[in-house]
Amino acid sequence: MKISTFKRHMIESLKSLKRNGWMSIAAFSAVTVTLLLVGILLSILMNVNKVASDIENDVQVRVLINRGTTKKQEQKLKENLEDLNYVGKIKFSSKAQELKNVIGSYGKEFKLFGGDDNPLNDVFVVSAKKPEQTVKIAKAAQKMKYVYDAKYGGASAKKLFSIVDNIQKWGIGISLLLLFVAVFLISNTIRITILSRKNEIAIMRLVGATNGFIRWPFILEGAWTGLFGAIIPIVVVNFGYMWLYKVISASLASTGYHLLSPGVFLVQIDSLLIFIGIVIGAIGSGVSMRRFLRI
Amino acid sequence: MIEFKHVFKKYPNNVLAAEDFNVKIKQGEFIYVIGPSGAGKSTFIKMMYREERPTSGEVTVNDYELQKMKNSEVPYLRRELGIVFQDFKLLSKLTVFENVAYALQVIEKEPDFIETRVNYVLDLVGLKHKAASFPNELSGGEQQRISIARAIANKPEIVIADEPTGNLDPDTASGIMEILERINSEGTTIVMATHNSQIVDEYTHRVLEIDGGKIVRDQPEGGFFQDED
Repeated sequence: MKISTFKRHMIESLKSLKRNGWMSIAAFSAVTVTLLLVGILLSILMNVNKVASDIENDVQVRVLINRGTTKKQEQKLKENLEDLNYVGKIKFSSKAQELKNVIGSYGKEFKLFGGDDNPLNDVFVVSAKKPEQTVKIAKAAQKMKYVYDAKYGGASAKKLFSIVDNIQKWGIGISLLLLFVAVFLISNTIRITILSRKNEIAIMRLVGATNGFIRWPFILEGAWTGLFGAIIPIVVVNFGYMWLYKVISASLASTGYHLLSPGVFLVQIDSLLIFIGIVIGAIGSGVSMRRFLRI
Repeated sequence: MIEFKHVFKKYPNNVLAAEDFNVKIKQGEFIYVIGPSGAGKSTFIKMMYREERPTSGEVTVNDYELQKMKNSEVPYLRRELGIVFQDFKLLSKLTVFENVAYALQVIEKEPDFIETRVNYVLDLVGLKHKAASFPNELSGGEQQRISIARAIANKPEIVIADEPTGNLDPDTASGIMEILERINSEGTTIVMATHNSQIVDEYTHRVLEIDGGKIVRDQPEGGFFQDED
């Protein structure tokens, strides 16, 4: 295609948006509504994934050390644990420290168990390199010398993994469904705008325009529709997310989990919405005009 | 050059619109296609620009064998033809200038060439001053002149006109004929379907009469009605 022809198609597609007035607005609205849904869903999904993976990565094995184990033996046990090839960090927590944690969580009553009455064990907190290796580490640790027990949250961790897995699967499914609905909605709206221009297309064919030549301005028009239709969803998602981030972050602060910080995340979401808008606009337009181009 | 050899056209509702058409139209000829409504004139015309396909037989236009032609080649055939319709078929949302320019844009001519050529043909049909107007701001005769300007913008060898004066008053119709005559005098073949007896008698050319799907008369320099002799 010549540059002058491409330039013509660009100008023509923009003029056509203007000429088709209300029809263009109808198409914008369809894009806007669907992209708004896609944008909100994507924001939720990506954050659920983020928090889920935070939780997932947070799973650690607590290796309880037999009481009466000497420092030397503890060191030996630490080395043995380090030898497991999927072990990441190992942190020592004395029984006094453990009791402090219990008091912090459950109340001052537990101060009674201070000093020699402390029934707790010294603990190695072992984190796995990959979350799914937690179970393996726990099992291996249980068999080691000087180990009283190795706990990893057992069934509850497994359950958590399966919930996260489900959220991700369903999230992807719903996103795909929504995108399919969006293409359908947009191609239908654009079909109506094209239907009203059936005569125009017939005339173009009569003067010898090839299908490609006729199609390009329509496809570009669809792309513009997608691009302009993405503006409102982007504004809403950006401001909405920044507001929610402030509100939710405050209440999440104590848990140690974080939402995706707005900076990079919003740039990604915005680019994705623009990209999706342009692509589904162009595809919707291309699909709906196929039937008018059969000679 | 246009040639029909043993062309039959039967529509799905069993109407036979062309029964063994054998016609040869030489380059530079002016030919009227006449006959009552529903006789098969439009089918004959539409087969020339491959809007309709014959059921059997051969249609050759310039060097294109239309019955063998692929759909994707049709635009290239149409670029060698200028087509004028009774209802003008102008793009209502484009200005006069843009309507004419469109025919040149589809064949990817350079913008400078398009500018010059469009102004030239608009001048030829006497409507250069209306270049910025929209079709609905023009009279019927003016719209038809624009549609002729569009048809000849690409210097086609053949102009096919389907009832070009059908919606126009006699004076305006004469104006259109003057333009077509001028185009023909420069060597362009003109095929014109018409109901207008006055025009056929006034501007005499070869007459092809179709009735009930048959060619009933093919007469050089004929009048609208067959001479009783």
